[in-house]
Amino acid sequence: MAPDSSAAVPAPRPAAARAESSAMKRFARRRSTIAFLMTLPLILVIGGLVAWPAGYAIYLSMLNRRQTAFIGLENFDILLENETFQSVIWQSCFFAITAVLLKALVGFWLAHMLHHVPARGQKMWRGMLLVPWVIPPALSTLGWWWMFDPSYSSINYLINAIGFPSVPWLGEPWWARISVIIVNVWYGAPFFMIMYLAALKSVPDQLYEAAAIDGATGWQGLRHITLPMMQNIISITVLFSLIVTFANYDIVRVLTNGGPRDLTQVFASYAFQVGVLSGNIPRGAAVSLFMFPLLAIIAFFVLRGVNKRTKEMA
Amino acid sequence: MAQVSLRKIVKEYEGGVQAVKGIDLEIADHEFVVLVGPSGCGKSTTLRMIAGLEEISGGEIDIGGAVVNDVPPRDRDIAMVFQNYALYPHMSVRENMAFGLMLRKFPKAEIDRRVNEAARILDIGVLLDRKPKALSGGQRQRVAMGRAIVRDPKVFLFDEPLSNLDAKLRVQMRTEIKKVHQTVRTTTIYVTHDQVEAMTLADRVVVMNHGVIEQVGPPQELYHHPRTRFVAGFIGSPAMNFIPAKVEARGAGLVLLLPQGTELAVPEHRVARYQPYAGKSVTFGIRPEHLTDTQNVNKPHVAFLTLTPEVIEPMGMETLAHIKLEGAEVCARLDPLVEAAPGVPLPLAADMNNMHLIDDATGLVI
Repeated sequence: MAPDSSAAVPAPRPAAARAESSAMKRFARRRSTIAFLMTLPLILVIGGLVAWPAGYAIYLSMLNRRQTAFIGLENFDILLENETFQSVIWQSCFFAITAVLLKALVGFWLAHMLHHVPARGQKMWRGMLLVPWVIPPALSTLGWWWMFDPSYSSINYLINAIGFPSVPWLGEPWWARISVIIVNVWYGAPFFMIMYLAALKSVPDQLYEAAAIDGATGWQGLRHITLPMMQNIISITVLFSLIVTFANYDIVRVLTNGGPRDLTQVFASYAFQVGVLSGNIPRGAAVSLFMFPLLAIIAFFVLRGVNKRTKEMA
Repeated sequence: MAQVSLRKIVKEYEGGVQAVKGIDLEIADHEFVVLVGPSGCGKSTTLRMIAGLEEISGGEIDIGGAVVNDVPPRDRDIAMVFQNYALYPHMSVRENMAFGLMLRKFPKAEIDRRVNEAARILDIGVLLDRKPKALSGGQRQRVAMGRAIVRDPKVFLFDEPLSNLDAKLRVQMRTEIKKVHQTVRTTTIYVTHDQVEAMTLADRVVVMNHGVIEQVGPPQELYHHPRTRFVAGFIGSPAMNFIPAKVEARGAGLVLLLPQGTELAVPEHRVARYQPYAGKSVTFGIRPEHLTDTQNVNKPHVAFLTLTPEVIEPMGMETLAHIKLEGAEVCARLDPLVEAAPGVPLPLAADMNNMHLIDDATGLVI
């Protein structure tokens, strides 16, 4: 009996199935599909570690204290009517804006000085100036706390030595606010310094030479060449630092613990006090989310400006 | 506008390395002077010292009758065009051109007038509101020139301004620069390593080598009467041929004995000049256009020789024959109709009226 040829040779697949298979292959080979698949792990990480906690915090801020009922924006309403929180808003804004401006100025000044130090010495100075930024802030703030101590302050010792009276660094509200800002600037300025130093190095020397020949003094060169050329990096560092400084917790917690009389509380330390210490997690979440919409809008406009300048100049 | 004088200018770096070794140069008002030489010869350093961008280690620079050694660049009343244009990337073309005038507090109407006039001369009116990034290399170069022109300075300085352009654009911009100088007549000092640029642009060419000036003169003078072997070899493309030779007496005259045994008779009017070198080894220099095929040669003092080319390069308007001689590479310029082939002996004619003889000991043209 002749072998059954239909059993030995597989039956040809229907045309529709073949077309579907090649369409799948084409889809898998598309650059956008490959790009999506390759970024998928990152999307999952960001989703799990950023988007989900953020969404959950928003959800929490709309619950009652026991987290049993949805109360909409009531937590925000209550906070806005609370006098302590009103002063927290003011204190946080004063702290963040002053500290960021000072960090930017000190960082720029240090970067400018370093930029003019010969290459060999520059490495050593750069390393030394970065030390405050690499020490864990809780630890270094403890050091500052000792230096501000009312009885044994080494800073007051120096102030006394030149004939001035002791300063109540952490005991008087305004001095306490200034102390928190000083420590934050001491900790954060090296980050600005290193970013600005990189930006300064990327400005071609010939632009300064052209400006010098065009008639620019050193100050005019700084104003018309250096600062515009660094505008993008200045915008990004200020935005980044503003977000981080608004969320600062450790320095206030270690140095003043929000005192005296809650007059150095900022959003993060107050959120911890309300949410964890007082056991009202939803209201604590509302405190911590308070600046989010404003910072998001600022970030949108700053990044749009950066994008536009990059397209025009790069 | 002004004259520029360099007197015993020295530039010494740390460690005692001298980039410029005491040069003297007088540049007249309205003159277009080109400093030319190979990399590291000190030409750019000299220009940067004139601009005030490099400190002077010794000597004096005088612009418009005033010594400017200690005057900062902004007070020297000069304008400079850089190799990479150095346009301010955050400013529009108009702002780039107006920047120098703005710093000098010119009235806005005057700034606008000068910018528009410079834009008209350079044909960049439509680019005024663009940022440098949106311009081609040639357009950027024009803007850089515009920035210099609006200032109406005493002196223009150009530091290899065409080096970043492609060959075609370079030729075009070269003409533009010459046109601009013919229009504005500002004293111009131009640095390049390209001898063709130097020859085509300059009223006078300054050839530099190893921090010293080898020769100063109008382009034709440098080409036909080089003073040193370096100048003879640097100016001209293809470069002058240098062939080791021996001067021999033949009766009342002299001949040059080439490595492969050919004898070339020295013209009578040069015999007295070369007589002291009889019996000595020298270098025989002859430009490729003076070593040609034997067609249509009816000049006096032509010597004939036969050489075998290794490579033939038809260029269209001419054909170049490259010949390897003992101790020398030789190039001859042939009529394009001459049939020449590699490995086939080629009869050539050397125009001995245009020969050069170089003293090997001093490197000077005899």
